[in-house]
Amino acid sequence: MTAAGQAVRPAARPVSLGRRLRKNPLGRLALRAPFYVLISAIFVYALFPFYWVVRSSFTPEGRLFQTPIQYFPSHPTLANYRGALSASFFTDALLNSAIVAGSVTLLSLAIGSSAAFALGRFKFHGRSFVLYLVLSMTIFPQIAILGALYTTITRLNLYDTLGALIFSYLIFTLPFTIWVLTSFMRTLPGDLEEAAYVDGATPLQVFWKVLLPLIAPGLVTTGLLAFISAWNEYLYALSFIQSPNHYTVPLAITSFVSKTGSAFAVPWGQIMAATVIITLPLIVMVLVLQRRIIAGLTAGAVKG
Amino acid sequence: MKGNRRRGLTLATILAAALALVVGLNAASAGTAHAKKATATKAMKAPKVPNAKAIRAKYKGQTITFVGDSVGGGHQRDMALSKQFTKDTGIKVKVVPHPAASDASYSQLARAFSTHSSSIDVAMVDVVWPGSFAPFLVNLKPALGKQAKIHAAGIVKNDTVGGKLVAMPWFGDYGMLYYRTDLLKKYGYSKPPTTWPQLFAMAKKIQAGERASNPNFSGFVFQGNAYEGLTCNALEWLASSGGGTFIDSKGKVTINNKNARNILNLFRSQIGVSTPRGVTTYQEGETHTAFIDGNAAFMRNWPYAYSLAQAKDSKVKGKFAVAPLPHGTRGHSVATVGGWQLAVSKYSKHKGAAIEFVRYMTSMPVEKFDTITNSNVPTIPALAKDKAFVKKYAPYLSPATANVPRATRPSSVLGTKYNEGSKDIYQAVSRILNGTPAQDVLPGLQSQLQALVK
Amino acid sequence: MASVATTAPRPRRRRTKLQRRQTRIAWLLLLPSLAVVAGVALYPLGRTIYESFTNQEFLALSPTRWVGLANYRELIHDTLFIDSIWETIKFTLITVGFEFALGLVIALVVNSRFRGRGVMRAVMLVPWAIPTVVAAQMWKWMLDDTFGVINDLFMRLHLIARPHAWIADPSTSLASVCAVDIWKTTPFVALLLLAGLQVIPEDLYEAAKVDGANVLQQFRRITLPLLKPAILVTLIFRTLDALRVFDVFYVFFGNRPDTQTMAIYDQSTIVGDGHVGYGSAVSVAIFAIIAIFVVIYVTLNRVREA
Repeated sequence: MTAAGQAVRPAARPVSLGRRLRKNPLGRLALRAPFYVLISAIFVYALFPFYWVVRSSFTPEGRLFQTPIQYFPSHPTLANYRGALSASFFTDALLNSAIVAGSVTLLSLAIGSSAAFALGRFKFHGRSFVLYLVLSMTIFPQIAILGALYTTITRLNLYDTLGALIFSYLIFTLPFTIWVLTSFMRTLPGDLEEAAYVDGATPLQVFWKVLLPLIAPGLVTTGLLAFISAWNEYLYALSFIQSPNHYTVPLAITSFVSKTGSAFAVPWGQIMAATVIITLPLIVMVLVLQRRIIAGLTAGAVKG
Repeated sequence: MKGNRRRGLTLATILAAALALVVGLNAASAGTAHAKKATATKAMKAPKVPNAKAIRAKYKGQTITFVGDSVGGGHQRDMALSKQFTKDTGIKVKVVPHPAASDASYSQLARAFSTHSSSIDVAMVDVVWPGSFAPFLVNLKPALGKQAKIHAAGIVKNDTVGGKLVAMPWFGDYGMLYYRTDLLKKYGYSKPPTTWPQLFAMAKKIQAGERASNPNFSGFVFQGNAYEGLTCNALEWLASSGGGTFIDSKGKVTINNKNARNILNLFRSQIGVSTPRGVTTYQEGETHTAFIDGNAAFMRNWPYAYSLAQAKDSKVKGKFAVAPLPHGTRGHSVATVGGWQLAVSKYSKHKGAAIEFVRYMTSMPVEKFDTITNSNVPTIPALAKDKAFVKKYAPYLSPATANVPRATRPSSVLGTKYNEGSKDIYQAVSRILNGTPAQDVLPGLQSQLQALVK
Repeated sequence: MASVATTAPRPRRRRTKLQRRQTRIAWLLLLPSLAVVAGVALYPLGRTIYESFTNQEFLALSPTRWVGLANYRELIHDTLFIDSIWETIKFTLITVGFEFALGLVIALVVNSRFRGRGVMRAVMLVPWAIPTVVAAQMWKWMLDDTFGVINDLFMRLHLIARPHAWIADPSTSLASVCAVDIWKTTPFVALLLLAGLQVIPEDLYEAAKVDGANVLQQFRRITLPLLKPAILVTLIFRTLDALRVFDVFYVFFGNRPDTQTMAIYDQSTIVGDGHVGYGSAVSVAIFAIIAIFVVIYVTLNRVREA
């Protein structure tokens, strides 16, 4: 940890030397240089694997299996994208994942915000019990209930349907949503709400008209986190989904290995193209909402 | 702060535009590419459906789901045949490729059957499965009993459980040795190896010579990943070296014996020496990719790889041949029996249409088509007896390779527990290949299997 | 959490009646959440515990029987399961350690002021946005023994002489999955720590500077103590997540026996072999192991605070 501190702020030397260096522009550069080296290192570390995916996705299948390796595709092609998008199980999967992740997000926001309203703005017996119950759900190992969830889902006739996933994903999205939104609810000042009550508003109206707009940043953050975790989930999808037309994106990606009849049984080019296609929306979303996510977490989870 | 946000948005817009561009270009160029592909693969036309009119009258408009092949050109064959079937009969066939690893496709079917799901009508089932799936499959004897008579009696017997014909033989499989004729000549060998030590010695020598020009070259590749394929491979090593077949036909577990230890340790000593180190992650696909790319001198694989290695884009076209697998210093060559059957699910809502599809798929013309296009082994003996046909299309069906004694996986003794037993076997072998001496692993495997057969 | 006071409207008059009404509304609002918790978590958990005492099978044709502690007795001697516990713990210690160290560095970097900070904050999140399974596929391709870029890079840098089979070779297989997890999850750790850093008031640093504290001293005296809650939350989050790891191992190794985690073993027992009863006992054991880790964290925290 101390090493980390030094690395980040190289000025962690005797103060006098630091001061002397800082006075001179070249010295300032020398001070900043290791910092920028570090930034570049992080930049490359975070992005190189993704660059590699993009390069592989544009490389013709035959050339992927060639050495020496080309760091830039010399014969870029869209064949891999064509292949990936013409696999019906993959395009189905995009739609399925959007449906599942979207419904899970909306459901956990709807259910979670009303729970957060109760937990954050009301005082009643059993409140802390419910909070602890919710907290204990966040530490819940999903694998531990796989078998029982399986029987439950079969009994409910949800096996091999998207409903099975929407139902089971709530186990990890809902607790987090309740937790963060409750923190948000609690930080709001009481006067607005009181004024509304004095004007004769019902709790539901207060919730809908006064509180919900105020916690909008929290809704965005938790919604995004819920969306991403539902979009990425694999274990339950693998266990509860069977027909390829109900595959979600992670299932589809791992199925590419077997789904094409080409001479190369592992169509890495198509897998990489599919990876680019499904990752771009998430990256765009994260880029656009990056500031919101950090702000939301600052206000919510970490403070708790 | 505001600048930051704007920059983020710009970046996002650029990415979105790039995506749109990719998709757009893709759509634009799709047409031409498909046309090209079609001419390349349309080498042979799928056979017509006999008696199509009557079938059309009865089942037209129904849709059946067929869980079919995934390896090699198998999927393309399924698509071509289904298309023909739909054209002739009006029954729509949804072709769903099964997971590549056969144990994964076992659990897929097991889950569907245990939940009484009607999502599968016809499924291809491995030669080792009829025993455990029999309660969930339709008895095909009344409808297809006559057609079954043209198929090899041994396989039909395998597919008959408790007097019911629960599956129809579709194509057979056996392990064999592919070798590079050009390289054998280059390194002064006149014929392929007959024993495992010979194979490894030759593999090592050729590998040492070829590495100079090709750093990715390896002597020998096989299916070493921890999956059903490894059980098949290991069975061949053991049975060809006097090491038994894990469990004998009377249900006695025999795996912990000296010959088994020796041959398994021999293979362990070759990992990364005359094989790629990564061979312990290889399934069929990685294996044939290495061979077809000219990166291996020897390969253990099923017959399907023959047509892939002879295809236009193969680097070893015309430079390889097949032979029986090697055997131990004492012992004789064997080949693991593989192969696939077609079965109809008891929970299917369109059993009639499904049975008609199976009738078509297991008919003589279709098996011939499959043999030519996919180098699969027909289950109809009459086809293998046609000498001109064999010589022209399926040299691997010649008596030298095709008449090697077969070794069977212990599926009949293990019954419904076969899948678990096979997992115990391939996990144990995987441990050995990854470095644990066989003597430390086999006693454990012995007792695991013992617990399953009792 | 408990330190934040609720600001519910409570006029002094008609207190009890209002309170009763409030309680009723609160429970009404909680109802859907509680129903979900009961349906998705509590009921399955109860069922799992119950099933762990039975011999339930998946493709079974014979009825399920109560077998008492038989599954647990078998579990104690199940070397595959015991191996998988160690494998998981090794994985957890390595990844959480690296992710925390790297994540802290990244969080400190993107929390300091420099040109292009917004871009860096976005870039750092890219690995996190990629689904784990997809990340695993990517890395599997990069680590491929024949066509992988990692081998090529390392050979160009003369770190290795010949291509290495990272995933196949048991001496590097654990390291290779750890590399994927560290790459993929460090951003999340950095994000949580960054959120924690942003809560620290700037004037504390100003005051420290006036007092002549250097950067290292500031880090020790201000950043670290004030970041402690965030660090704790992050470590708990990550540890529990790492203990239930499934995706990366599944994509990399399938059913390979020497590299199974607890979750992989459990999944293959229940879904692969169809041993629902025995698999439930495995589940309960995993639950207990994870609970032990929670208890350790909570006690450590208490002890330090006391």
